Amino acid sequence: MIDAVLVMNTQGKPRLAKFYKSLSPVKQQEIVRKVYTGLSSRAEHFCNFVEADEIFGAGTKLVYKHFATLYFVFVIDSGESELGILDLIQVFVETLDSIFKNVCELDIVFNFNKVNTVLDEIVMGGQVVETNSTEIVKSVQEIFK
Amino acid sequence: MEQLKTIGRELAMGSQGVWGSSKEFLELVKTIGEAKSKAEEERIVLAEIESLKRRIQEPDVPRKKMKEYIMRLVYVEMLGHDASFGYIHAVKMTHDDNLLLKRSGYLAVTLFLNEDHDLIILIINTIQKDLKSDNYLVCCAALTAVCRLINEETIPAVLPQIVELLNHQKELVRKKAVMALHRFFQRSPSTVSHLFPAFQERLCDRDPSVMSAVLCALYDMILVNVKPFKHLVASLVSILKQAVEHRLPKSYDYHRTPAPFVQIKLLKILALLGTGDKAASENMFNVLGDILKRSDSTSNIGNAILYECVRTLTSIYTNPRLLQNAAEITAKFLKSDNHNLKYMGIDALGRLIKITPECAENHQLAVIDCLEDPDDTLKRKTLDLLYKMTKANNVEVIVERMVEYIRNISDNHYKTEISSRVIELAERYAPSNQWFIQTMNQVFEIAGDLVPQKVAHDLMRLIAEGAGEEDEDADSHLRSSAVQAYLQILKEPKLPSILLQVISWVLGEYGIADGSHSAEFIIGKLCDIVATRPGDDKLKGYVVSAITKICAFEKAAGQTVDLIPECVSFIEELYASHSTDLQQRIYEFHAVLKLDRDTIASILPMDASCEDIEVDKDLSFLNSFVESALANGSRPYLSDNERRGMGAMTTLASNNDAGTSSLLRFQPYEKPSIPEPAAALVTASHYSQDAIDQHDIYSKSSSNDGTRLKLEGVQKKWGRPTYTPEAQVPKNPINISDSVKVSSSAAGKEASSRNSSAPPYTERKQPSQEISAEKKKLAASLFGSKAGETKAKPAAKLQQNGTSKKAPAKPTSPPAPAPAPPPADLLDLSDSLPQIPSVDPVDQLADLISVDSSAATSTTSLVEQVLDAGKVATKGPSPQASLQKDSVSRQVGVTPSGGTNPDLFKDLFG
Repeated sequence: MIDAVLVMNTQGKPRLAKFYKSLSPVKQQEIVRKVYTGLSSRAEHFCNFVEADEIFGAGTKLVYKHFATLYFVFVIDSGESELGILDLIQVFVETLDSIFKNVCELDIVFNFNKVNTVLDEIVMGGQVVETNSTEIVKSVQEIFK
Repeated sequence: MEQLKTIGRELAMGSQGVWGSSKEFLELVKTIGEAKSKAEEERIVLAEIESLKRRIQEPDVPRKKMKEYIMRLVYVEMLGHDASFGYIHAVKMTHDDNLLLKRSGYLAVTLFLNEDHDLIILIINTIQKDLKSDNYLVCCAALTAVCRLINEETIPAVLPQIVELLNHQKELVRKKAVMALHRFFQRSPSTVSHLFPAFQERLCDRDPSVMSAVLCALYDMILVNVKPFKHLVASLVSILKQAVEHRLPKSYDYHRTPAPFVQIKLLKILALLGTGDKAASENMFNVLGDILKRSDSTSNIGNAILYECVRTLTSIYTNPRLLQNAAEITAKFLKSDNHNLKYMGIDALGRLIKITPECAENHQLAVIDCLEDPDDTLKRKTLDLLYKMTKANNVEVIVERMVEYIRNISDNHYKTEISSRVIELAERYAPSNQWFIQTMNQVFEIAGDLVPQKVAHDLMRLIAEGAGEEDEDADSHLRSSAVQAYLQILKEPKLPSILLQVISWVLGEYGIADGSHSAEFIIGKLCDIVATRPGDDKLKGYVVSAITKICAFEKAAGQTVDLIPECVSFIEELYASHSTDLQQRIYEFHAVLKLDRDTIASILPMDASCEDIEVDKDLSFLNSFVESALANGSRPYLSDNERRGMGAMTTLASNNDAGTSSLLRFQPYEKPSIPEPAAALVTASHYSQDAIDQHDIYSKSSSNDGTRLKLEGVQKKWGRPTYTPEAQVPKNPINISDSVKVSSSAAGKEASSRNSSAPPYTERKQPSQEISAEKKKLAASLFGSKAGETKAKPAAKLQQNGTSKKAPAKPTSPPAPAPAPPPADLLDLSDSLPQIPSVDPVDQLADLISVDSSAATSTTSLVEQVLDAGKVATKGPSPQASLQKDSVSRQVGVTPSGGTNPDLFKDLFG
């Protein structure tokens, strides 16, 4: 299952933080901070996984991708495929891209609502529900018609 | 900084309405983005909160405006500030009829509220209504909210509607209904357990997306219990086949790979279903072979499928041909330049070597590469693999690597984890004691206080016991090399407390043993240790005990010890210590120094921490004292029974005192007597005078912790009420008269048979024991648990005996030379008291021995043998064994950290 989806910029500011487990706001902030420190020190060619036992409990991993000024981070347990999630992040970003036409950090800040809707179409209750970018765009457009 | 400026520029564009949000919001984001410090940001956000608080409460805020306020609240909260004042407005917004506003309301609520928040009850009604809505988008919004907001208690309120939605005409709704039900299963499995058939029906949904949603749910359900789903193997295999053969709609392709996410999920499920199930696994071989052949190893997603396939193959019943393919894929991963694939390769190799250990050898170089990679994730994963591969012949290299790794990280979590692995490997495979001690010292130095206390005790015990053989020379060589090593280590600054404790103990015990260091030198070192950590009372305790021992050894050898000034000032200070333990130790230290040479030699003998203590159960050394007391006109000892008669009740009571078991007292308490101030150092003569008044107090306390003392057969000198004062006699006239005869005759015997005092006591014990059997029966019928308790007792005793073997000079060891613990100090100061200082480290060893690792191994070894047997290439004839093994390897696979049962690894690889 996916425990959380985080989008943060390279300064560590959260741009989207969605947790699929109940956590207090304080704990959420702490996690965002820890994830950021974990990622910011990693070089570009390193692998896209970080073991997150300490942050999220045994067996959890961060799968992340770095795009321009943003980190896209999925926190997963052993029930998900690391490489698969990496492509899911790709799907997520591609979808945002086709919705916002060349998505940038600010699109995500100002269209918080829409970005969340996109994510809700992809991940629901910690499970992947849709992986086809075209389908996702279709449903989101349906909602914002 | 560059970045921030761009943001500013883009914001300027944004304010022209590109994003359709209000100017104020843009302004907010902009100023926050440009804030130069955390404090400035804080100020801006707080001002924003103030303004929102004011505006949100104005009457008749337009709904559109309200939506924006709420989004701003969400933003503020994401930055870590409290926005709870606006929660209620978000809740209200969920009631709105406009879909977009409603969705915004739901979104805000799902981000704001925890599933246990009080406000949720206000939303349930809305959710119920929305689930029945004709607009499928409203249904979807409600279903999304359900996943986040419904807790165990509120599940029944929405369950019927959601079950209905499983048959909704829109596949999007069906899919989300399945997800919501899956969420309920995670929250509280029992609420949806009756829906398993409905789930399985949805597996055949005409829309593949619903089917793939069901797969998510199935995976979790199978994870909990495989059995009810075994029959699905054939259908799942056929779905997988369709997916692999490209028969699902084109829309499921991803980068020309057919339905990869469905494939991955299915492979994960099949791995669970095929574990230890030959028939099920054979169903899968074909399709798995197909996947290996067809998958595209040049794309990321193709490799994701390949890895998953390897993982499945290593979980299910083995197929040598396919395993060969899996090994080839793993090799390809390991050779790749892509770090992600290397990582997966290391992981896959870890799974493969469980089945074919020899395949690791082909990848030695690749593994070493990964180990030396600067990428921490990869390095750690490789250490994980090495840990699984450790055997006696490679332990030195692997442990060296691990130690090097923890030396360079600052993360306490992993430091703790990896150092515990180092310790585990060292304990299991250490080639020599010398190496073991060195390794432990390194671990202590690096991971210091993260290491559990037990490890320190194990190390001290090892140094004290040596190789366990009769080779004294080797042992003393080991000890003096340990002393040498520790003196060396002491030169380094900032050592962790736990290592200093070990050093103090070893210096105290063996510092002057080989004669190469003077007592003054060692004591000086010990004082230096304290100086580095002034606030550490526990460490001080160790040091005081060590100094006591060294002084004792010196005095016993006929030398005089001149304490150096630092030592004197250190000791002076402790007289006024806040810690009673330290005070006690220091008083004991002085008491020891005042004794004569022979006494010291007998109470603190050199290198005797592993000797047995001979316990004089009859306390014969007190005979002369008793006789002189009798000669001076004291009354002879009467046992409890003798004084109270032989009634059943009193027997029960006396059994209590003997420390048997029952905690219940059946006779009334005696009239309270005023306790003497319990000074630690009452002299023996003092005691004898006051003894009579004090007995009750002491004996009561002794009966409480009586479980630790083995009192059977111990002659009672000062048991429970011994000499009942004359004034109390009339209270119990009947008992007294009953017992007069017995007691008088017993007294006569006692006086005559002082020296061989055992027989009369055993005689007198006899009746009480018979009754105690009856009593146990009674208690058993009353409480039910008695039988178990009596059985448990001998076992406990055994353990305690084991303890005494290794931990000699300690007061807690069961056969302490005193009838009851508290009087012990008072009775024979010369004998038991001075031993206490030498005690502490060993004393704590007592706890360890009960969890001796060797014992643990022996219990598991049987299972492991079975596992080994089942491992021979074609998985032996015993399906039972292979089943067990597979389930084990699966378990291990799921949590590669191995924390749960690390022993399993040992035999799988070693």
